[in-house]
Amino acid sequence: MAATIAEKIFSQRCGRTVRAGDVVMAPVDAAMIHDITGPLAVRVFGEMGGERVYDPERIVMLFDHQVPADSIPAAENHVFMRRFAEEQGIHNYDLLEGVCHQVVMEKGRAAPGEIIVGTDSHTCTYGAAGAFATGIGSTDMGFVLKFGALYFRVPESILVEVNGTFGRRVGAKDLILSLAGDIGADGATYMALEFTGGAMREMNMAGRMTCANMAIEMGAKAGIVRPDAATWDYVTARREIEPFDLAGDPDAAYRERRHYDVTDLAPQVAVPHNVDNVVDVGEVAGTKVDQVFIGSCTNGRYEDLAEAAEVLGTADAFATGVRVIVIPASRTEYLKALRAGIIERFVEAGALVEAPCCGPCMGGAFGLLAPGEVSLSTSNRNFRGRQGSTQASVYLASPATAAASALYGEITDPREV
Amino acid sequence: MRVWKFGDDIDTDAIIPGRFLTIYDPAELAKHAFEGTRDEFAKEAREGDVVVGGSNFGCGSSREHAPLALLGAGVRIVVAKSFARIFYRNAVNTGLLPLVCPRIDEIRDGDAVSVDIAGGCIEANGKRLAVEPVPGFLKRIVDTGGLVAYAKNLDEVETCSTE
Ligand code: SF4
Repeated sequence: MAATIAEKIFSQRCGRTVRAGDVVMAPVDAAMIHDITGPLAVRVFGEMGGERVYDPERIVMLFDHQVPADSIPAAENHVFMRRFAEEQGIHNYDLLEGVCHQVVMEKGRAAPGEIIVGTDSHTCTYGAAGAFATGIGSTDMGFVLKFGALYFRVPESILVEVNGTFGRRVGAKDLILSLAGDIGADGATYMALEFTGGAMREMNMAGRMTCANMAIEMGAKAGIVRPDAATWDYVTARREIEPFDLAGDPDAAYRERRHYDVTDLAPQVAVPHNVDNVVDVGEVAGTKVDQVFIGSCTNGRYEDLAEAAEVLGTADAFATGVRVIVIPASRTEYLKALRAGIIERFVEAGALVEAPCCGPCMGGAFGLLAPGEVSLSTSNRNFRGRQGSTQASVYLASPATAAASALYGEITDPREV
Repeated sequence: MRVWKFGDDIDTDAIIPGRFLTIYDPAELAKHAFEGTRDEFAKEAREGDVVVGGSNFGCGSSREHAPLALLGAGVRIVVAKSFARIFYRNAVNTGLLPLVCPRIDEIRDGDAVSVDIAGGCIEANGKRLAVEPVPGFLKRIVDTGGLVAYAKNLDEVETCSTE
C-alpha cells in the first residue's frame, strides 16, 4: 500500500503496516539528553523505578545550553549528569563537542529509517538524515530511558516539494522562513513535513539540517528530507550502514501537497515576535540592530560561517556599535572554519567568537538583550523574551543577511553588499 | 477560582523564560511563571485557577518546566483553542489537564470558573462551554495521575503493540 516516509519508518521499525493516526509503542533507536532537560529526565527515570537504562549505547548525552557552566546550579546539573553517565555506562560528550543537534548528526548517531527522540524541540533536525526524529519532554524521556520505547501517534504528512535554483546569497534559511510564513506557526501541528524536489536534492546537508530544524516552528512533529546519495554519503562516512531506498510513494495519502519554487525568492526575515511573521528583507531594511548573532543548531555550521564570511569579504570592520557574536555549532565546525581562515576574518572585523554552545539563542546563558535592544539572529526563534528582556526585539534571518546587517549596523539585503 | 486569559501562540519562553531552567521545583518555578509577560500571575495565582489560552498554546521548547511552573502556581487545568504538540503531551504526563475548547473567545480574563470534567464542560462568564476530552492512550495516563505513576507499575512494555 502507498505510504509516506513517516508511515514507512514506523511500519519498518514495528514489523507491520501502520498508518497515519495509528498509535504505536514504537522502539527508540537513539535518545538524546542535554544539560537543561536531561536532569529532569534522569530524575523521572528514577521515580519510575528505573535502575538500568534500556541500552546505554543508544543514549546520547552532552551539555550545550549552559556551557561552560554559567552558574552554580548549572555546574551542579553537569555534575549530576556526569555521575549518571558513569553509573550507566553512557558515553557522555560533555561540553566538549558543541550543540546537541549538530553533534548527533556529525557523530553519525542518526540514520535514515530510524526513530529518534530528544528532550529538545529541535530534535527534528535529524530528519535531514532521513530519520523520524522528534522532541519530547523529560517525563516521556524518563519512560524511554527505562523501556526503550514510547507511544507515538503516527502523523499525517504534508509533502513539501521544492524546485528551482536559489539566487545569489539566498538559501535554505530563506526557504524555511518563507515556509514558516506560509504554513504558519501551527499549520503543521501533529504532522510531519516531508521535503522533496530538485532544490532539496541540490541542497547540501547543512542546508537540509537548517530546513528540518525549523519544522517545529510550524508545529510539526518531524521534518524529513527524502534521503538520497548525499544523505547516504554523509551517514556512511560516519557509521557502518548499508544504504537502502526510503521515499514517500507518489500516491501516498498526504494531507496536503505544497509546491515551491525558490528561483525568485528574496532573503527572508522573521520580524518580532513570531517565527511566522515573515517578510522580504526589503520591508525591514534599515532597521537598526544592536546585536548580531551568527550560530545555533539552525545556522552555526561551517557552510553558514563561510556564507557570512563571503559577505564580509575584505571589509575592515563590522559597523561601530554593533556587537557581533559568532558561535560555531560544534568543535568540528569550529576547526573547519578556523583552518579556512574564516574565524580570523571575523575576529579581525571585530566579532566575538565563542566556543561551541547554544549561546544567546535561548537567553539562558550569555549575550542577553536589554529592554529596547534589537538583535538579528540566525537562530530559530524570535519569541518575546527569548534572548533576554521581553522588551527587546529579535529578527531572524540567514547568515548572509546577518553578515550584511552587521556590516551596516542595520538590516541589510545581502544581495546589495 | 479565576480565569487567567492569554492570547494565541503563548510560547514556553513566555510561560517560563530560559534563564530559570536550572530550577526544577514546581513551587520555585512558579515564582517566575510568565515573568516579563504577565508579572502579576506569579503573585496572584491561586490553587484551582485556570489558565485559558488561544490557539497553539505552549508552542516552542520541549521544556517541561512550563507545565511544572503552572502546577507550582496551583493551576491544575489549562484550556485552549488548540495546543502545541509537545506542551500538550508534557501537560498530560505531569498531571496538568489540557482541555481543548473551541469557544474560549467567550471566556474573559478574571471570570470565575468551574470545571465539570465528567460532564465535559467548563462554566465561566455564566456560560457552559463544552470541552474535548483527552484522547485514547493519553486518557489512561491522566486517569493514573501522570506518566510517572503509570510507568511505576510497569515492568516492561510490549514494543510495537498498537492501541
Ligand atoms: S542552539 Fe538554540 S535552538 Fe538549538 S538546541 Fe541550542 S538553544 Fe535550542
